[in-house]
Parts: sequence; structure tokens; C-alpha cells
Amino acid sequence: MTDATLKDAGVRRRISLPAIPVSVVLAISWIVAMLVIAALAEKIAPYGYTQLDLRNRLSAPGNVAHWLGTDELGRDVLSRLLVSIRISLLIAFGATAISAVVGTTLGFLAAHFRGVIEQFVLMLTDFQASMPFLIMALAVLAFFGNSLPLLIGLMGMFGWERYARIARGLAISANAQGYAAAVRQLGATPARIYLRHILPNIASTLIVSTTLVFPEVILMESGLSFLGLGVQPPMTSLGNMVGYGREYITRAPWIMLAPATTIVITTLAVSVIGDWLRDRLDPTLQ
Amino acid sequence: MGRYFAIRIGRAALTIVLVVTFAFVVLRLSGDPALMILGPEAPPEVIAAFRKAWGLDDPIWFQYLDYFSAIAKGELGRSMRDGRPAIQLVLERIPATLALTLPAFFFKVALGIPAGIYAALHRGSGIDRAVMMTAVAGFTVPSFVLALLLVLVFAVQLGWLPSGGQDSWRHAILPIVTLSLGGAAVLARFTRSAMLEVLGQPYIRTASAKGVPWRKVVTSHALPNAAIPTVTILGFMVGTLIAGAVVVESVFSWPGVGRLLVVAVANRDLAVVQCILLLVAMTMVTSNLIVDFLYGFLDPRLRAKGAHA
Amino acid sequence: MSAPLVEVSSISRSYSMRSGMFGRSTAVHAVDGVSLTIPKGETLGLVGESGSGKSTTGRIVLGLEPPDRGEVRFDGKPTAAPGTQAWRAQRAHMQMIFQDPLGALDRRLPVATQIREPLDIHGVGTPAERAERVRELLRSVELTPAHGARYPGALSGGQRQRIVLARALATRPDFLVCDEPVSALDVSIQAQVVNLLADLQAQLGLTLLFISHDLRVVRQISNVVAVMYLGRIVEIGSADDLFARPEHPYTQALVSASPAPGRRSAGRIVLAGDPPNPAARPQGCAFHPRCPRAIARCATETPVLSAVGGDRQVACHLVTGPQAATLDAA
Repeated sequence: MTDATLKDAGVRRRISLPAIPVSVVLAISWIVAMLVIAALAEKIAPYGYTQLDLRNRLSAPGNVAHWLGTDELGRDVLSRLLVSIRISLLIAFGATAISAVVGTTLGFLAAHFRGVIEQFVLMLTDFQASMPFLIMALAVLAFFGNSLPLLIGLMGMFGWERYARIARGLAISANAQGYAAAVRQLGATPARIYLRHILPNIASTLIVSTTLVFPEVILMESGLSFLGLGVQPPMTSLGNMVGYGREYITRAPWIMLAPATTIVITTLAVSVIGDWLRDRLDPTLQ
Repeated sequence: MGRYFAIRIGRAALTIVLVVTFAFVVLRLSGDPALMILGPEAPPEVIAAFRKAWGLDDPIWFQYLDYFSAIAKGELGRSMRDGRPAIQLVLERIPATLALTLPAFFFKVALGIPAGIYAALHRGSGIDRAVMMTAVAGFTVPSFVLALLLVLVFAVQLGWLPSGGQDSWRHAILPIVTLSLGGAAVLARFTRSAMLEVLGQPYIRTASAKGVPWRKVVTSHALPNAAIPTVTILGFMVGTLIAGAVVVESVFSWPGVGRLLVVAVANRDLAVVQCILLLVAMTMVTSNLIVDFLYGFLDPRLRAKGAHA
Repeated sequence: MSAPLVEVSSISRSYSMRSGMFGRSTAVHAVDGVSLTIPKGETLGLVGESGSGKSTTGRIVLGLEPPDRGEVRFDGKPTAAPGTQAWRAQRAHMQMIFQDPLGALDRRLPVATQIREPLDIHGVGTPAERAERVRELLRSVELTPAHGARYPGALSGGQRQRIVLARALATRPDFLVCDEPVSALDVSIQAQVVNLLADLQAQLGLTLLFISHDLRVVRQISNVVAVMYLGRIVEIGSADDLFARPEHPYTQALVSASPAPGRRSAGRIVLAGDPPNPAARPQGCAFHPRCPRAIARCATETPVLSAVGGDRQVACHLVTGPQAATLDAA
């Protein structure tokens, strides 16, 4: 073989990990901890999250029985916090997944069929991008009332237009020439082309978008729950707890501080990971 | 040029149509409007009369057109709580909201944009890092948390400022500060990355290699080009002047449009919710349109070509 | 001469192009009335410059695009409409080799997986059989299984094209359309890949449509050569004969421009005028503005492809018209 061959250094395409910055390590640890909590919430909580302890109402954090204190009904703040984390993360993951799938599918449909369908999808993305999500979410909640599946579905409509734009753009350029056309003329069905070839190639960009959308979903859901319009009691979420804690901000600020801090650190952690991933996976996005 | 504007106006009109359709669909899907507005205990004759009066027995596309024309005429229903026309209720509250959002907008711009520009020009410096950290804080700390923290510090612990209501100008301070800080952080981050992207372009290097003084490079080349994407986000912020303070108004019990919306949603006062939704849509669309017009003037590429964008 | 595997009857395809937002749309006749037959086991070389329509012809022959008029028959049956199930099944019998091998491969998959893909698509054999076939294909293009484990980015241009070839041959097709398969490769590699192609053709009895602007390469592998200009065939004949004695002025210019050992560089014909623009086709003979020997008739009447003895056909008034007898052939 007389062809010049390239060095084997580039044989496997892999995310090489020279040194992960400390901040990212901390962020990942936090997120892992949150996930563990979400999975095991009820098992590791010292008390039931609706369990009342009327003799110990509004006790301050730091005592042995209630590490993070209790709220106005004597419910253990720590236990409620753990369960809240689970619910908030559940909603956030569910919503992000729905949003990513819906957005990517619509983007692919627009890229594949072009014409009227594409214009329609573009119109929808414009519409979604130009209206403040909070207002539309409130309108839907007013009309449809409230339930957990509805809430997840509603939050799932957050940010889909970003995925749709990316998926459409990248699919169009992949379709124009190159491997997509080559595989198509091998006789592959469109489904195979999109799922086995185009999707893996744009996955890194989509993942970066996900890390941007995820914290915003958490914030959005917290905001709605804070207003009393999101997660309804007896279920509890981080925003919910802050909403409750608001009334007692003078006497028992810890009720509000614990969930608020959790919201902020979790959002921060995901953002940090997202920025780092973007730098690693997609230098073209700088 | 004319074609560019025509497309933009077309799109704006289409967005409004979509919002109206959205409201209509959601309204119809969520249940029988008659039952919702009159309540389940109303006697059947009243319900039947209501349906007839509102044309609820007509075919659906007929209702849609009716709905459209009603909206166009400004008949947006009456609030269930006090029976007054919804639009009156909403319009009453606008000044209160603007009293918060207009000053906040001013501060956001005055703080955020210079901070972002400075950070971009002195990349990697202490100020840049400080700006970035504040910006990240602004992004990750939701407005209600910030509001409550400010209340905790300034109202509860220090007792300097009141924590709710609209009784004096001092009551407006904390809400305005909350809105400004959050928005300034977003603007700073955005402006910084827009500037950085422009500064990384080859023509900037060429200009300074030609010997143009750095100050002039920045003011004549970098800033105008970075202005273009910044105008978009400013446009978005202007569009949310009316309803951008939903959470803040709720925290501070400030009687503006945002608070009205939250109460209306909680009470399922559909007429009011619908009214606010449409109002917000109109403002967003108008401000986006203005931004698009500005683009047409700011971006010489659009001026020259006059065509697709 | 074996039975024709591919019969192309008078295909035409035009696109409409709009100049700017408000401009009128003009019809671009990419391919205009092209007819070809390719006998089984033989190679037809299609030559022309950019804009001649040879790539579009290749795509239509393969069935990737439907012609506006005319018909393509493969093994006696018309090719199915693109995108249908029948069309996808037909792909197992006919394949395309592209100009840019890196673009034709998915960067994220090892090349062995990609060679295997046609087998997966058409459900050929068991997984063990497919793995064996992949090894066999790699051998046939003179690569090793170690090469198969690599990603496209880690291979050289020539190796990538071999992979593309291996993938195209996976389902044992009868017909290959090669669209400028070696133009993107270094000159020294070009010869290797073309030789490989010729060997494989001999071994497997492949029928080829070989499209290129490079005469030397076309000459190496073709039995019959057709020359295209602005969407039409201007000359067609057996390869050696056509290059030794080109009749059409355009072919003569092409042949004189390509260096061949043993031929003097004197007598090089240089064409004047602008390169052909498919959107602005001249009246009459499309070549007449650049033709050094154009006559009055060439500007008004389009010449028709006609036989001029042996298996040669030429579309030129000078050759086939009444003046032919009074002019010297080049």
C-alpha cells in the first residue's frame, strides 16, 4: 500500500479528558448527589414529607430532631426538601425530554419534506420564540387547571423551538450532499437515515442545547410553583416550598432559604457543565 | 426594502392570528365555556340562553370567526369576579406595572450594556470575571429568590425598606432593583458575547493592523456591529414591559398587570387571562416589528440588497 | 456484443432558475435528449466539462432523479420512481461512486460498519455471513480488516474511495455509475484506483458508466466514450477510435488539450469564448460560438447525432452535412 496513511492518533473519536476544571467536578458531583436524592428521596428522608409535628412548629435548623428546622405545620424541612428535589427534577427531566424529542422531530420533518410543512414549522418556531413562555403557560394553566402530567406536558413545550431550529438546519445541510445522500442511494429508508446517521451526528449540538434548556425549565417550574400555580399540594416542589416559606420570611427564613439555595446551586451546576460540554464537543459554537 | 418590510408585517400579523387561535383553541378545549363562565349550578335554561347568545351551538369555524371579530372590536368579555369589562381592568393596571418596568428597563440598559462591553474589551481581567460571575448569578438566581433575599436583607433584617404594597415611592425600590439586577445580568452576558464575537472577526484585526487607533476601531466597527444582535434582545425586553413583572409584582404585592394575571389564573377568570394574553401578544409583535424595522436601517446589508433576510 | 443492460432513451431534464428575487425564471436544460445503451459487462465513458450535464445524466440513469421526458430501462425494466419501496429494492443492483469519498462516508462510524450497511438495509445473510462478506470486500479492494476498524478521518483519500467502492459492491450490483471518482485524488493514486476498478469489473462482470472530465482516465477504462456539451451528446464511439480520430471540433479540442505520450504538443487547439453556461444556451449548435470552424448553418440549425461509419456517431454539420464532403476532417 503506497497511500500515505494518517497517524493512528486519530483512530478513535473520543472525548479526551485531559483535565476537568475543579468547578466542573464540583458541578458534576452536585448533580450526581441531586440525582441520587431524587431516586432515593423517600427512603433517606428522616420523616414523611407531610408528617406533622405540631409541638415543634417553626423550629430553627441545627437541632438534632430536624436538621433543617420545621415549617409552620411542624413538617420537617429536610424531608420536604428531599422530596421536592425529586419532583422538581422529575418535571425538569420529563419536560426536557419531551421538548427535545418534539423539537428534533419537527425540525427533521421540516428538513425532510420542505415546502408547506417546513413553512408551517418555521411559523410555529417564530411564534414560540416571540411569546414569553410564562404568559402562555399561565394561560394554559388557567384554562386547563392543574395536574402533574399536564404540568410536565406544558413544561415540555418550553424550548422546543431551539431544538427544531438546530435539527432542521443541520439536517438540511446533511441532506444536501454527503453521507445522507450516499446512504439514501444505498436504499435506506428515510427513518434509517435520520435515526442512524443524521441524529448521531448532530447529537452533540443537541446535548449542549439540552444543558441550556434544563436549568431554564427548573427556573420556570419553580416560578410557577412559587406563584401557587405549578405543583399543587400535597405534592411539594422546590418552588412550592419557597412559596410557602415566603409567608414566614420574618420568623423562619430557613423554610425558604433551603429550597432557594438548592435551586440556585442546581441551576448553576447544570450551566457550568453545559458550558464545559460546549467547549469540548463543539468548538465551532464558540 | 419594501419586500423585507412586507414579509415582516405579514409575519407579525400571522403571529397575532396564531395567538388568537391559540386562545380560542385552549378556551374551547378546556371545557364548555358556558359552564365555565356561569358555573355548574346554573339552571339549564340559563345555560341554553347563554349558548344561544354566544353562538356556542354554531359550527366551530363560525365560532372562530365570531371570536375573531369580537376580539377585533375589543369585546373581550367581563371579569367573573367583579363583572367589569376585562379590558378595563387590565388597562387600569398598566400604569402600575410601567412604574416598575420602565425605570427597571432604564437601569438594566445603563448597567448591563456598559458592563458587558467593558468586560469584552478587557477580557480575562478582574472586572471581566466579576461581570461574568454576576451575570451567571443573574441567570441562575430566579427573580423570586432574588426578591425574597432582598426583602430578607433590607426589609426584615435592616428594616430600611418596606416589603410590600404600593403606598409610597419607597415601596417601588425593591421591586425595581430586583427587576434591574436580573435584566442587567442578562444584558451584560449577552452584550459581552456579542462584542467578543465581533472582536474576533478578521476585519477588526485588519483595522487595527492598518493603524486605526483602538478607540476608533471599537466605536466605528465593533460597537455598531455588536449593536445588531443586542437590539433584538432589547426589543424582546421592551415587548415584556407590560407583563414582564409577573413574579416580582406577586412577591411585593404590587397591584400591576402581572399580579392581576396571577390572581385571574388562580380564579380561572378566563376573560381577564385572555385579555392579558392578547395584550402581551400585541406588544411583543409590535416591538419585534420595530426591531425588524430598525434592523433594516442598521444593517446595511439589508438596505443594499433589499431582499431576503 | 452482449445484450444492453442499461438503455437510456432520449432523456431530458431541466431546472428552473430564478435570477434574484424579482427576476424572471429561466429554464436550464441540464440534459437534452440524451440516448445511450450500455451492454452488459462494458464501460461507457461520459466526458465533458462542468455544466455539460454529465453528472445529471448519471443521476438520471441511476434513477436518483426522474427525467422530465424519456425513459431509462435497466435489464429490460424501467427504473422505479425515486423514494418508493421498489426503487429502494432496485438499489441493490445499481450503485453510485461519488467524487468526494469523505463526504460520502459518515464520520462517526467505523468504515467496516459502513461497508456492511447495504447488507443490513437489504437484509442479506446472517450477521456472521455479513461480517465475512465485509472481510471479503475489504480484501477485494486491497485493504485489511485493520483498515476496516478505522474511522474515515483516519484514512487517506485513496483508501476512502476504496471503502466507498467496497460498500457499493456489497450487494453484488450489476451496474455502477462512477461520477468523477478519482478527480479528488492525487494523480499517482488515481491510476491505482482506476486499475482496481478495471480489475473488479473484469472479475465481477460489472457494467460501468464512468463520468469524468479527465480524458486520460476515461480512456483507460472505457469501451465506448460519449462526449457531452451543454446537455447533449455531440460525439460517441469506441474509445480508442474516438481518441485517435476525433471528428467533432469539440472532441478534437479536448483531445488536443490532454497530453498523451508520443504525440507532439504542436497543433494544440485552444477554444476561444466563454465556458458554456447552461442557463444561456446559444441558438443552433450549442458549440458554435467557440467553434473554430463554425459555418453559417451552425448558428441556426441544431445538428442531430448521426452515424458516420463504424460505430461512430457525431452531431456536427461539418461532419454530417452536405458540406462534409468538401471539407477536410481534422
